[in-house]
Amino acid sequence: MNELLEILNELHEDVDFTTSGALFDGGIIDSFDVVTIIAEVHERFGVTISAEYITPANFNSAQALWHLIEKLLAEE
Amino acid sequence: MLFTSYEFIGFILVLFALYYLIPTRHQWKLLLLFSYIFYFLANPAYLFFIAATTAVVYTAAFFIAKINLQQKEYLHENKDILSSDEKRDFRAGVKKKKQKWLFFALFISLGILAVTKYTNFTIVNINAILRTSGNENQLALLGIIIPLGISFYTFQAVSYLLDVYRGTVEAERNPFRFALFVSFFPQLIQGPISRFADLSKTLFAPQVFDWHKVSFGLQRILWGFFKKLVIADRILVIFNVLIADSEKYSGAYVLVTMLLYAALLYADFTGGIDITIGIAQTLGIKVAENFHRPYFSKSVKEYWRRWHMSMGTWFADYLFYPLTASKPFLRLSKWSRKRLGRRVGKRVPIYLATFIVWFTTGLWHGASWNFIVWGLANWFVIIVSQEFEPFYEYFHRHWKIKEQVLFKVFQVVRTVLIMSLIRSFDFYRDVPLTFRMWGTMFTEGNWRVISDGSLLEMGLDGADFVVLLIAIIIVTLASLRQRKAPLREQIAALPYWFRFGIWYGLFLIVLIFGAYGVGYDAAQFIYNQF
Repeated sequence: MNELLEILNELHEDVDFTTSGALFDGGIIDSFDVVTIIAEVHERFGVTISAEYITPANFNSAQALWHLIEKLLAEE
Repeated sequence: MLFTSYEFIGFILVLFALYYLIPTRHQWKLLLLFSYIFYFLANPAYLFFIAATTAVVYTAAFFIAKINLQQKEYLHENKDILSSDEKRDFRAGVKKKKQKWLFFALFISLGILAVTKYTNFTIVNINAILRTSGNENQLALLGIIIPLGISFYTFQAVSYLLDVYRGTVEAERNPFRFALFVSFFPQLIQGPISRFADLSKTLFAPQVFDWHKVSFGLQRILWGFFKKLVIADRILVIFNVLIADSEKYSGAYVLVTMLLYAALLYADFTGGIDITIGIAQTLGIKVAENFHRPYFSKSVKEYWRRWHMSMGTWFADYLFYPLTASKPFLRLSKWSRKRLGRRVGKRVPIYLATFIVWFTTGLWHGASWNFIVWGLANWFVIIVSQEFEPFYEYFHRHWKIKEQVLFKVFQVVRTVLIMSLIRSFDFYRDVPLTFRMWGTMFTEGNWRVISDGSLLEMGLDGADFVVLLIAIIIVTLASLRQRKAPLREQIAALPYWFRFGIWYGLFLIVLIFGAYGVGYDAAQFIYNQF
């Protein structure tokens, strides 16, 4: 989780990702940020977030994104 | 059959009467019948194309869903026996099977779109290359018909196919219900590009006559007619003159043309979508919104999140994200960040993917270079403003004007002007001509034509301009009011005579000031041609 927070904080230093719950719906992260997150997650965790998982629900909070990564890691 | 024609109004009235008279379990079948009649009346030959796309996508999605189910059952039954490696290998094998069906259906459905819409464009370009290389031989253009709304229904069908492939939507078992989803006539020719998960909730559901839905639907239709007939078709008269002899109408006229087109396109497209959503609502069906007050956007990027939203999200979900999450792009991302550093390198895949998306968006709008350049101009502006982000942040740290009304107005006006400039590729239909026309704005110096009465000699008199101005003010005020709550809800809360006056007044305005009769032609909606 800390490594994920590191990725997110590199994108937006001024956002508290531990508490924010509407990252995507609230416009805090946009489609360009999503692409960077996908690339970083692929590099650091070795999992690919494919298109079907790119939904507001999965990207609205760091927690949701972490759950997704865990799920994908389990499927690997 | 135009939405604003008497034939269409008659068509809707017959459908409406039958729809609420027959048993509710047959309503969706009636909609399918009327959708195919609507398409048949446009051109009987079109039916072949839409039926082919429907059949192929239905079949492929059916088998993909079957494979999805088998995979789920197998993994569930053997979850304690299979090792992680075995599960992964099994999933990979299943994916290959699904991909065969997916690629087959994409090849056929997108192939039909490509052949009908882009063959002649390809031939024109080959001929240009032959001419440039001194070859006298020229290929003849083919007499291919382009089925009405093919870009819309193909994208809608493909979205369903990909959703089933991804497992985010259950496949529709009944082929006729799926045929209705693809061909539902109010949205067939200009969108919105609905998603199966959204539209199917109400499209196949039994609908009992509900006065609230019917009256709200009628109000939405009336609002659409107001925009189309009072604003769009009135502007079209002068716009056609300005475009027919564009070299003559240069300099200040270019700015006038751009601003008129901004109002024309908005009134035409959003008016058409109002009619679509309104018709669907009278039938109890919920069609997704396609606009969110786009002309109040503060940047081009924001504008594209609020204009033609169903197209924007389609390209995001089915092209942009799959591209950026693909292996070649992930490899490119890794490579570029290693070579160029994290800050610069992360931009490479994003900019390349957005370039591909905007190129395709341009091509989707029309088979000609002006649309491709239009798409890439949007891309260029978005990328440049992205690069200027640090500068904006620096600026706003030092000058606290971000939240000031005047600055917001400036941002909105700037976005409207930028979008109007980009759209001139759309209406001049010629890239070098567009650049020349831009240039004349700085060289001609004929700004007096705006006030010396020259604009009154192009088919619209002073009274027409007054009507236009008032109508545009009404639409603007309505948009502003919508910030708080849906406008119809607000009007519904007013006293009876007041709200009756509003809707009856609007009805009279459409009747009296709608662009009909001598000097006017009922005009096709602009987005019908895409």
